[in-house]
Amino acid sequence: MDGLAMGGYGAYVWSCFGLTLLIIVFSEWRARIRHKRVYRDIEVRLKALEERE
Amino acid sequence: MWTWFHKLASPPHFYRTAALLSPWFAVPGLALIAWGTWQGLFVVPMDYQQGDAFRIIYVHVPSAYLSLMAYMIMATGGAIGLIWRMKLSHAVAAAAAPIGAAFTFLALATGSIWGRPMWGTWWEWGDPRMMSELILLFLYFGYMALRAAIDDTAKADKASAVLAIVGVVNVVIVHFSVEWWSSLHQGQTVFKRGTMDADMKTALLIMILGFTLLFGSMLLRRIRTEVLYRERRTRWVRDMILSPKGGG
Amino acid sequence: MNATDRQVPGMLSGLLATAKRDLLLAWKRPGDVLNPLFFFAMVCTLFPLAVGPSAEQLEFSGPGVLWVAALLSTLLSLNSLFLSDFEDGSLDQLLVSPQPLPVLVLGKTLAHWLTSGVPLVIVSPVLAITYRMPMDVVGVMMLTLLLGTISLSLLGSIGAALTVGLHRGTALLSLLILPLAMPIMILGANAVSLAASNDVYTTGIWALGAYAIASISLAPYATAAALRISNE
Repeated sequence: MDGLAMGGYGAYVWSCFGLTLLIIVFSEWRARIRHKRVYRDIEVRLKALEERE
Repeated sequence: MWTWFHKLASPPHFYRTAALLSPWFAVPGLALIAWGTWQGLFVVPMDYQQGDAFRIIYVHVPSAYLSLMAYMIMATGGAIGLIWRMKLSHAVAAAAAPIGAAFTFLALATGSIWGRPMWGTWWEWGDPRMMSELILLFLYFGYMALRAAIDDTAKADKASAVLAIVGVVNVVIVHFSVEWWSSLHQGQTVFKRGTMDADMKTALLIMILGFTLLFGSMLLRRIRTEVLYRERRTRWVRDMILSPKGGG
Repeated sequence: MNATDRQVPGMLSGLLATAKRDLLLAWKRPGDVLNPLFFFAMVCTLFPLAVGPSAEQLEFSGPGVLWVAALLSTLLSLNSLFLSDFEDGSLDQLLVSPQPLPVLVLGKTLAHWLTSGVPLVIVSPVLAITYRMPMDVVGVMMLTLLLGTISLSLLGSIGAALTVGLHRGTALLSLLILPLAMPIMILGANAVSLAASNDVYTTGIWALGAYAIASISLAPYATAAALRISNE
């Protein structure tokens, strides 16, 4: 338990590490959503084109 | 060597290779970060001046380092794209910007949280590094806003490349002018670090290396999306997406 | 040898012709020159109203307020640097002109500086005195503004060229230019503050001069490149 308290600085230290995790996960999540959206948009367009042909 | 390079720079090849390559950056990167975090949080002894608060360094410094590296990649990518008209290079620049902005924000946020126990305030205007980092964040915002404002991708690429190159020169000037400015208002900047002992340094280097690898993986993934978007009207994308196997 | 002999006066006259044309245009539309000046004066009025009129506060914040106001008012005038040329098609003329584009761009920024920077320098002492700035410090301030606005015009021309023809260009222009312009303001405002407290202020002046020379020699190329990109 002492290790987690960080000599009274626990809140600061842990929030920094937590925030880092959060931002990286968030960035990756956004990147994945964008990739999926780009992929799906192309797919929809191509399928529509194919049907028209 | 040259042919290998040309092959990698061809969009379909890059698109496939990046997907294969990305985990080779992510897995060792995460492993190093995990080990570095363990070392930094629990194993390394605390700093004699700052106590355990100094452990924030293990996320703050890698973020600050990546914020600059991403900017350099962005500007170099833009410059190569302008000079040699390499499309992939522009895609790299476009992909680096949001990641760079994220790490710049992270460097600022962790610096600010670190500042609270050390300076007694969340934000110290007198610290030159924090000021430089803040201006860097504004530069990222400007870059991304310019990209977003121009509809034509090719035009956005070139215009933002010019901005990024001008920005690189500016980052250097910002650094020196802010240093000079803060030296005039001395007394407030007290972010003194005692000399780090070897264990502290090793853990920090491991963290920086791990963050860099993770950044590489994040960058590859984003470049892939950029490539897909830019090549959306090409034959290979059509073949890939309409093939029964799909691309992902 | 011959070719360059013929080219050099040609380039200079191209520069001067562009500058002269823009100056004439400004003469016909005095609002474009005066509005940023009014804006400058108004921003300088805002601060005492916001933070209070006490003498020591004004003396202390004067250099900073004047510099911030100058920066913002230059920004305001930058938007129109290439806009009217873009709208009436004379920008295309500029782009296909046999003269090197960076030289013509330098001519345009020279005109911009003469119609925005120099008037600011001329008006600034009046406002500085209302902030109780001593006369010798006013001289230093005018010098920093004179040097600083050169760089501001040139840096701003890059941003104006990048955003010309874009919708909502004004807000974007501020977003692009402000971080780039911050060092100029840091150098200028702090040199004046140092002068006000009888300190050595020459470092700031030299740095501003160096910045101005560097931007005269580099910025026109970036602006020219940006103009070509914006007008593809």
